[in-house]
Amino acid sequence: MIEFSQEAKRRYNAIVSHYPEKRAALIPVLHLAQREFGWISQEVADYVGELMDYPPSDVLSVATFYTLLHKKPAGKYHMEVCRNVSCWLMGAYRCVDEIKSLLRIDVGGMTEDGRFSLNLTECLGSCGTAPAMQVGDRYYENLTPQSLAEIIEKLKND
Amino acid sequence: MTKVLLSNIDRPEQVKLETYRASGGYRGLEKALKLDQAAVIEEVKASGLRGRGGAGFPTGMKWGFVPRNSPKPTYLLCNADESEPGTFKDRLLMERDPHLLIEGMAIACYALNCHLSYIYLRGEYEFIAHILQKALDEAYEAKILGPSLMGRDFALDIFLHLGEGAYICGEETALIESLEGYRGYPRLKPPFPAVSGFLASPTVVNNVETLCAVPWIIQNGAAAYASMGTEKSKGTKLFSVSGHVNKPGVYEVEMGYPLLDFIKNESGGIPNGRKLKAVIPGGSSVPVLTAQECESVVLDYESLAKAGSMLGSGGVIVFDETTKMPEVLSVIADFYAHESCGQCTPCREGTGWAAKILRNIVAGKGKRSDLELLLKIANMMEGKTICPLADADVMPIRSFVNKFRNEFEDFCNGH
Ligand SMILES: Cc1cc2nc3c(=O)[nH]c(=O)nc-3n(C[C@H](O)[C@H](O)[C@H](O)COP(=O)(O)O)c2cc1C
Ligand code: SF4
Ligand code: FES
Repeated sequence: MIEFSQEAKRRYNAIVSHYPEKRAALIPVLHLAQREFGWISQEVADYVGELMDYPPSDVLSVATFYTLLHKKPAGKYHMEVCRNVSCWLMGAYRCVDEIKSLLRIDVGGMTEDGRFSLNLTECLGSCGTAPAMQVGDRYYENLTPQSLAEIIEKLKND
Repeated sequence: MTKVLLSNIDRPEQVKLETYRASGGYRGLEKALKLDQAAVIEEVKASGLRGRGGAGFPTGMKWGFVPRNSPKPTYLLCNADESEPGTFKDRLLMERDPHLLIEGMAIACYALNCHLSYIYLRGEYEFIAHILQKALDEAYEAKILGPSLMGRDFALDIFLHLGEGAYICGEETALIESLEGYRGYPRLKPPFPAVSGFLASPTVVNNVETLCAVPWIIQNGAAAYASMGTEKSKGTKLFSVSGHVNKPGVYEVEMGYPLLDFIKNESGGIPNGRKLKAVIPGGSSVPVLTAQECESVVLDYESLAKAGSMLGSGGVIVFDETTKMPEVLSVIADFYAHESCGQCTPCREGTGWAAKILRNIVAGKGKRSDLELLLKIANMMEGKTICPLADADVMPIRSFVNKFRNEFEDFCNGH
């Protein structure tokens, strides 16, 4: 059985207190659960459901709607490269190719050591600094194949 | 030019309360609190401010729709979901001047008699959540927010709520569903949120940029704001410029600025001496304009509507002569197919099929008859769905195919 850490339990109570109805806390709680457990597995959905008193199927039906909630394990550094118009114009796919060849993974894949995974995503709101990618709570912008090689090297040793 | 939104954007440490106050911050709120609630709404009405989230609905009028004698609480939700492709202006305001948003929200809450308010921030902007939360914490510590708004007998709590990745949650009723803890399925309107929104209570949803204009309007007066811009499009507006320009970025200009001058003077023109081919003036959901159409357009709601497009979110995407328009449309169509929430059959199926057909065309496997099929699908989607996302796919499909038909036919050559 999985369980929130003491710190996460404190966070949980704080989150629930921000809303007039408990249900409104569900998505932020799923965010918290993902931070604790890495992704929203059946086990995590069961746990959140029990904690908040919703059926696990209900919890999963919400989780599957939102792309930032992972339905399978993601790498420690989950790279989401924008594929939308401005990034595409500015060479997003050259960057994707660079990542693929540096890490020897495909879009949707993960390195064997679980450090990196790669996905394409929609407009990140970085069109003026395109191409861009999101890695956790960080943005990397004005990407070039060269800058990507440096970013990956740094994250490898992090 | 007078700046309403970006006057302090480059000031060092503007994110801090102290700096914000030194730049005149929270004086609009002080002034608002000396006025009647109804007088604040009247002032916003008189300013002519229109919603900057895309639809351009008059802000004061929207506030006026909220029933004053409802037994239920009223909610203000700040729409910070900014996900319209080509749009990155709200982000700049929140990253660099977060107290401006908090002040705008506080004034709106006072006017609306709202005591609990949320900022719905797209999940990808988690790095901005840290900045906003710090600013909120400071505002609580300074007793601007909390049990007594700037010392008045008026409680106000503002909380930050992170989305988890879904373009559709920028649509106001989907945002409300999502905030309530459900899948982001848009609701049928009516009832409009002003009557029955968050938790079936009166709710106002406003865009970040809209709310950020409010402190200036209160401080300087509606007339000063209304003296800028054009007859029906008052004030200033942020435009996010990206694509083939020398200086992409966010620019604040008075409404009515000629589009081509804007591209040349503000965003530095097109690189490598290339010619302009087309512009999407208001985010990917609005019809594209050809270079020739751009010549007579000025940046305001009416001029863009007259040219057959829309001001939308002010996301200006510029394409030079080397751009292959069918490829652009394919990228856009994939986006809508991915983001359709799936509730309405015409949208779920239509966006999916349009994307497939376009991928086929771009891969050189399309037939000329596919172009008719695309337009037919567009007709079958338009105006038949719960929310405007389906129409938002129709706009680019129809305008790209009709205006750049030769290019599409070239891709289909031999078939
Ligand atoms: C598909 C779709 C996506 C939208 N996305 C956003 C958004 O990201 N941000 C926003 O402020 N408004 C967005 N809107 C508009 C909102 O529904 C709503 O009109 C707006 O938030 C109202 O605020 P305003 O009156 O201040 O503009 C979207 C609308 C649709 C149909
Ligand atoms: S139009 Fe599309 S996105 Fe909007 S409610 Fe219908 S299916 Fe969902
Ligand atoms: S198109 Fe990539 S960030 Fe907007």
